[in-house]
Amino acid sequence: MTATALNWFARHEIRLAWREWLAMMTGGRRGRRRAVIIGFLVFGALLHVPAYVVIGRYATLQAPLDRSALIVITATIFLGWALMLSQAIESVTRVFYARADLDLIMSSPVALTHVFSIRLVAIALSVIAMAMLLATPFVDVLMFGGGARWLAVYGVVIAIGLSAAAIAIAVTILLFRTIGPRRTRLVAQIVAAVIGAGFVIALQVAAILSYGTLSRFAILTSDAVAGFAPGPDSMLWWPARAALGDGEALLLLLAGGLLLLGVVMTSFSAGFAETAAHASTGTTSARRSSRTRPFRSGSRQRALRRKELMLLRRDPWLVSQSLMQLLYLVPPALLLWRSFSDSSVALVLITPVLVMAAGQLAGGLGWLTISGEDAPDLVTTAPLSPSRLIRAKIEAVLLVVGALFAPLLGALLFASPLQAAITALGVTVAAASATAIQLWFRVQARRSQFRRRQTSSRLATFAEAFSSIGWAATTALSLSIPVAALVTGLMTTAILAATWKFSPRRD
Amino acid sequence: MAANPSALELRGLTKRFDRPAVDALDLTVRSGEFYALLGPNGAGKTTTLRMVAGLLRPDAGSVSIMGIDALHDPVAAKQITAWVSDEPMIYDKLTPLEYLEFVAGLWAIDPSVAESSARELLASLGLEANMHERCEGFSKGMRQKVALAGALVHNPRLIILDEPLTGLDAVSARHVKGLLSDRVHSGCTVIMTTHILEVAERMADRIGVISAGKLLAEGTLAELRQQNGRNDTSLEDMFIALVDREAAAA
Repeated sequence: MTATALNWFARHEIRLAWREWLAMMTGGRRGRRRAVIIGFLVFGALLHVPAYVVIGRYATLQAPLDRSALIVITATIFLGWALMLSQAIESVTRVFYARADLDLIMSSPVALTHVFSIRLVAIALSVIAMAMLLATPFVDVLMFGGGARWLAVYGVVIAIGLSAAAIAIAVTILLFRTIGPRRTRLVAQIVAAVIGAGFVIALQVAAILSYGTLSRFAILTSDAVAGFAPGPDSMLWWPARAALGDGEALLLLLAGGLLLLGVVMTSFSAGFAETAAHASTGTTSARRSSRTRPFRSGSRQRALRRKELMLLRRDPWLVSQSLMQLLYLVPPALLLWRSFSDSSVALVLITPVLVMAAGQLAGGLGWLTISGEDAPDLVTTAPLSPSRLIRAKIEAVLLVVGALFAPLLGALLFASPLQAAITALGVTVAAASATAIQLWFRVQARRSQFRRRQTSSRLATFAEAFSSIGWAATTALSLSIPVAALVTGLMTTAILAATWKFSPRRD
Repeated sequence: MAANPSALELRGLTKRFDRPAVDALDLTVRSGEFYALLGPNGAGKTTTLRMVAGLLRPDAGSVSIMGIDALHDPVAAKQITAWVSDEPMIYDKLTPLEYLEFVAGLWAIDPSVAESSARELLASLGLEANMHERCEGFSKGMRQKVALAGALVHNPRLIILDEPLTGLDAVSARHVKGLLSDRVHSGCTVIMTTHILEVAERMADRIGVISAGKLLAEGTLAELRQQNGRNDTSLEDMFIALVDREAAAA
């Protein structure tokens, strides 16, 4: 493959990545491009406010830093790296499974090693570009308060992006070789989800176990962690020092990132084509049902509920997506467990967390069961009225949410019966509201399009988030300031009413 | 309900999208016959059948299935009807047997009857070895056969098929044609669209040709030849002549 051809293919890759991203943002509607651009500019401008609140006071930080500050900055950079790694693993997996052009590329007279190398470099670039975009408001705030030296943060983003992409490629290809293409798809998705959320949750879990609080800073700034931290000259602090403008540390980081990516690409490039070939054919291997049982009896709605539950259980993509939401339940569950003996005030915190999680989970499940119907013709031509059909699907969602939250609510019942009752009510209302929003905004889609559900209707996405937050606040306030709960409850009801008013399915 | 009703009666059936897709269509399909609905791309065949199956609401007109007003009592009409589209829509995560169990549950068929019928259908379609495998790895032809088995498992009296032979190999196509012929012989009514005119020529009792949402010609092969004024012409020649004539008139 000539340099011109490589250049052409690189441009082709960038164009594909741009169009995929744009389609995800616009929900595939061309008319929304301008709205998306305006939305991004407004979002970027607004992001400067929380950025200022979170890191504005650190703009004047100067080296040398004390150990606690180094730990907090390093942990924050590591969090960014973990999120980039999560995104990169997902992108690498997508290259091998989701692109429809593998047959064309593999049957074309080009060196596959070169083609896949370009594709993987494009992944690294897109991960870095996204991270730089998100980092911009924070860098702006730091530069405003502390000068141009903070531009070095972009260098750190590039360096950690390179290493995240390198590790993502290595992890995915090693998974392919060890557990096979079909399992890799599932495991990679789960690993990406767990890495994305795992670091924050691990810190919260450590903080709860040590200090009985959900704040991750409690553990990071503790003497115990400082005691384990290495000396100021350790390599561990290079990212923090580089972010503060230490040119030597920044150059070393960038060189390390590039070297790592280069080594990974060289080591694995020979196997790219083989891996892609396996991925494109290996996913079709048959999975046999292990047991044979007679057909079950029951009503038509029961048949529908059974089908929905079976599909939810067997959907690996959903497993990884739901896992992320359920992982956030681990810290409050631990908090609950710790609060049993001393009936701490911190126990109240668990209520909004549970209500919020229930709303979000019900929204995802609601989309899968109501909109994500893979055989719409079959269920529409079945002798079942539309209302009974929808009712059965809603029942399936609420059954799953109920089954997942019942153990936590049961435990809460022993700690505080009143709080348990209010939390149960909040969980029910939040789940019902999120499901109702999915019902009002239902569209016909395949379950595999789950990733795009949040871009198909911005209004539904925001309404779902605000409804969950609103009901979470309402239940939390019911336990502490009941009058305020009345206000937030009315506000959330108003949000739902307005959402219904603007929904396409209100008739 | 009328005595000895037609299997399907469409009167003034109309559907508009940006242009008329089905234009005041009148069509009668007799009980127990194999009816082939032919037409060029965009003629309104699929739209017509989707309205009959209850997937699209007509703008005007009526649909009567075995004497049941399908627009006023869709549940009763659907109980005796089956629909198979050209794009097989099944659940990747279910096995063919689980899929048929779900369909039987939706139509409230006795589980023991449904199970034996399901096994028999899958075997007759050559899917016996795959009945416990999840459909995610199936070829389009295999998926089409699963969808067809799903349509037949509840013993419908009217089967509506939109291009059911698309993507099937010769052996599978023969299986499907045999299965449909058996159903017609046992009193079931089949309405099918197809672009494979030899299939219509060989299998259909009567043939309807539709273009721009209107019925151009209808009858047995012999009647169509008579209408066309040539006794030795093939269905393909007649079809092309009819469509060309309609296009010239438009």
